Amino acid sequence: MADLSVEFCGIDSPNPFWLASGPPTNSGEQVMRAFDAGWGGAVWKTLGEPIVNLNSRFGALDIGGVKVAGFNNIELITDRPLSVNFREMAEVKRRHPDRALIASLMVESRAEWRDLIQRSEDAGCDGIELNFGCPHGMCERGMGSAVGQEPRVLAEITGWAKEFASVPVLVKLTPNVDDILVPGRAAVEARADGLSLINTIKSLIGVDLDRMAPLPSVAGEGTHGGYCGPAVKPIALHMVGALARDPGIDVPLSAIGGIATWRDAAEFMALGAANVQVCTSVMHKGYRIVEDLIEGLNEFLDAKGIASAAELVGQAVPNFREWGDLDLNYRIVADIDADRCIGCHLCYIACLDGAHQCIHTAQSPCGAWHGEPDHGQRPRATVLPPVRHEPRPGLTAQVPWVDEAECIGCNLCALVCPVPGCITMRESESSNERLSWKERSASADQKA
Amino acid sequence: MSIDPVQQWPLGEGLDPNRLECRFEDAKPPYTPAEALVEANRCLHCFDAPCVRGCPTAIDIPKFIAQISSGNLRGAAKTIFRQNMLGASCARVCPVEEMCAGACVYHALNGQPIAIGRLQRYATDVALADERASGRRLFSPASANGRRVALVGAGPASLACAAHLALAGVSASIYERDGLPGGLNTTAVAPYKMRAESSLAEVEWLLSHGVELRTDTTVGTDIAWPELMATHDAVFIGVGLGQARSLELEGPGVWGATELIRAIKNEPGFELPGDVRRAVVVGGGNTAIDVARELAMLGIAEVTLAYRRSRADMSAYAHEWAGARQSGVRLQTRLQPCRTVHHRQRLVGVVFQDAVNGREVELPCELLVVAAGQSPWAALVDAGIRLNADGTVWTQPETRATSLAGVYAGGDCVNGGKEVVDAAADGRIAAHAMLEEWGACG
Ligand SMILES: Cc1cc2nc3c(=O)[nH]c(=O)nc-3n(C[C@H](O)[C@H](O)[C@H](O)COP(=O)(O)OP(=O)(O)OC[C@H]3O[C@@H](n4cnc5c(N)ncnc54)[C@H](O)[C@@H]3O)c2cc1C
Ligand SMILES: Cc1cc2nc3c(=O)[nH]c(=O)nc-3n(C[C@H](O)[C@H](O)[C@H](O)COP(=O)(O)O)c2cc1C
Ligand code: SF4
Ligand code: SF4
Ligand code: SF4
Repeated sequence: MADLSVEFCGIDSPNPFWLASGPPTNSGEQVMRAFDAGWGGAVWKTLGEPIVNLNSRFGALDIGGVKVAGFNNIELITDRPLSVNFREMAEVKRRHPDRALIASLMVESRAEWRDLIQRSEDAGCDGIELNFGCPHGMCERGMGSAVGQEPRVLAEITGWAKEFASVPVLVKLTPNVDDILVPGRAAVEARADGLSLINTIKSLIGVDLDRMAPLPSVAGEGTHGGYCGPAVKPIALHMVGALARDPGIDVPLSAIGGIATWRDAAEFMALGAANVQVCTSVMHKGYRIVEDLIEGLNEFLDAKGIASAAELVGQAVPNFREWGDLDLNYRIVADIDADRCIGCHLCYIACLDGAHQCIHTAQSPCGAWHGEPDHGQRPRATVLPPVRHEPRPGLTAQVPWVDEAECIGCNLCALVCPVPGCITMRESESSNERLSWKERSASADQKA
Repeated sequence: MSIDPVQQWPLGEGLDPNRLECRFEDAKPPYTPAEALVEANRCLHCFDAPCVRGCPTAIDIPKFIAQISSGNLRGAAKTIFRQNMLGASCARVCPVEEMCAGACVYHALNGQPIAIGRLQRYATDVALADERASGRRLFSPASANGRRVALVGAGPASLACAAHLALAGVSASIYERDGLPGGLNTTAVAPYKMRAESSLAEVEWLLSHGVELRTDTTVGTDIAWPELMATHDAVFIGVGLGQARSLELEGPGVWGATELIRAIKNEPGFELPGDVRRAVVVGGGNTAIDVARELAMLGIAEVTLAYRRSRADMSAYAHEWAGARQSGVRLQTRLQPCRTVHHRQRLVGVVFQDAVNGREVELPCELLVVAAGQSPWAALVDAGIRLNADGTVWTQPETRATSLAGVYAGGDCVNGGKEVVDAAADGRIAAHAMLEEWGACG
């Protein structure tokens, strides 16, 4: 059994799985049930000056029958009285002293920040998260992402928080910026103890084609909202990784964005996150998902011989490089396992229309490129008549094969093949030494 | 939401609601929208898909399933009908296990092929219901081009051919011997797959594209073949197969299979005799299995299928036999029927010879059904058309043209008795060949 407990800028929790600030952390009753289910920590639904929420406020992106691949909301911060929230927080902390309880805050004036930080600490919170991320509603009032997008304001408010707080201060970043390093560095320079990211991405989830209005529909009208859920994971991964490998960022990172499984969590941690936070997946499936987050991560660490979750953190960071550092001479080719192939020809059509025309089939006239292998270097300006192949010896007619000399190893076929393990990308010997674009340009410069 | 296109159609109104077939429920009931979406989303959208090769009309199956997923149900129905104007009945009656779904790649992936027939039924049912409700036609015929075609027999082959012709602006007239159109779709197909009213609803829809139908008109008797040929630009022969070959078992309590099925399906107020507790069906093909299963489903306590050779020799599809067995039909093999046993003018049993030991065995029963297959029409020779040795009509494979110029043929009378979808394929191929011949192919 690996040790899953983590310490995040001085805050201990029995596992790295925290609930992100949002509907699942809206009330004491909910957070207590979440802790009973096994969550290691929770960032309370953002507190601030009481607001009024719209009723119709969520939208989702479904893909091919998969529900809520992406999620979008136009909800604001808490709409419950501050005194009620603080009373509940105190009770949660009293009942669950071993879990991390973080107060998420968003107000305007220095005096308001001082007041809320004080009341959060009085309620027993282990840390404060500054919500500089909300991309809708609050930013129009000069808060949320309006702060996160303005490094000077971000630094100023972070400075106030550090001045007033005795517990660690986390800054939650908005992804709605050109370069995440800019607000990240600003927060660190202002002495933030940790960074959490990402908040939601500015988005418009869909259009109601009957009412001719953006979704979610509020009386036949709509507005942009914040995007999250599994679909945003790649964006969050990139931003977390970018901060993790930046020498200017020396504080722990709390990764948020599209985490649904232990594997997502492990990927974020390998890319530098010290812990993770989850919102949408819990809204979709409930607190119970933490059971497999814990068990799956445990099994994974054991299988890899990694003793603790903390040890996993950052293992993939050194391999996260610039494009120009990668080896131009690295060569792989697609390899089809005829025994597993079910004959769907999705690899064939993907390679034909979307890649390099080098998968062939004997089942019907084959429209692929049949010239000398040249990786597309010679002109291909006519459509050649399809070729009739004899089935390959040893292959049934419906199993396609790869012209390895022409294959550029782009992975497309392996990505579309519906059968696990059927197409693998095999390393083929390359006669050339490792050569990156930077090295190549440098030697070209030398010659010139 | 009821999505069955039936009752509303006038032709079906002539059917008696007290037909025995009305007691059957659908073996594969229509999908709800939720069921259809779950199933449609499973489809991998194969390229050069094996399921398409398995369909005699080569419907673009991945395309119509993707159209169900995207919510374009009218588009899905058009994809189906463009290749197969009998797509609605085929969705119900096709032995998909032997055709499209039998070829689905999911057999190799997890053994759960896509339910293509049920998805096809969903798409066509919903689109046809929408067409009726909205008045927006799926297809509108081209303007008349002056060509006239006569089609003999109103079964699937002629209906498909006529509909494709009508859409291309040809004046198509069908001559049908019976009072009801639809051929075996109306009179023979197992009622747990499709009842006569659905067949007639489909016929009505096909006719609504401008096809003319004359029932109670036998070509060769009421109109001479030469007259038909002389007055039309082309003639399509879709007469199906003829009378069953008799096995020389006769007497009270003895029925031919197609006769009995037809009575169950079409005859107003028809009932099985009340004293029948045991039935014996002689045969090993799909018709024998159908009738045996129908009898078992109608509540006859003991239904025995008696076949003269081994289980492996039976021509019936494996899935059809599995269905019959589930309904309680028992099988006895290697029994050659010899004679019936009657007592006071009532059937009490059938005597068989056991092919293994030569001994005689008597199976007691009150009903005997003989499924002996159908035979091709010798009468077509009179019309001067070349027949094959087995009596089927000779045609050119690419065009379905017969040996007589301007005369085409398709369906059971050409293939010796296959499926509805084969007849639909022939009808379309012949229609396109005619249009191409006239340079009218759009
Ligand atoms: C019991 C049974 C069950 C079946 N079950 C299925 C099934 O589940 N699925 C499936 O796909 N297929 C099934 N079939 C087969 C299918 O019904 C036929 O393959 C299909 O109907 C053939 O169509 P057709 O147009 O060639 O002929 P038919 O359907 O036989 O139609 C021919 C029409 O021509 C008319 N006719 C004949 N001679 C003349 C004439 N001289 N003048 C005018 N009209 C004439 C007949 O009255 C008839 O209406 C079944 C067949 C039987 C017998
Ligand atoms: C309905 C909803 C409300 C949210 N409210 C807040 C909030 O009050 N404060 C905050 O910092 N983030 C809020 N978020 C953002 C989440 O905490 C999280 O950063 C984001 O959803 C990405 O994570 P996920 O993909 O796991 O949902 C909210 C998200 C959702 C979906
Ligand atoms: S790796 Fe790319 S180029 Fe090679 S066969 Fe696959 S799709 Fe084609
Ligand atoms: S995608 Fe995979 S299963 Fe499908 S044909 Fe290609 S190799 Fe076979
Ligand atoms: S073979 Fe099966 S999965 Fe592939 S397109 Fe056809 S129905 Fe879909």
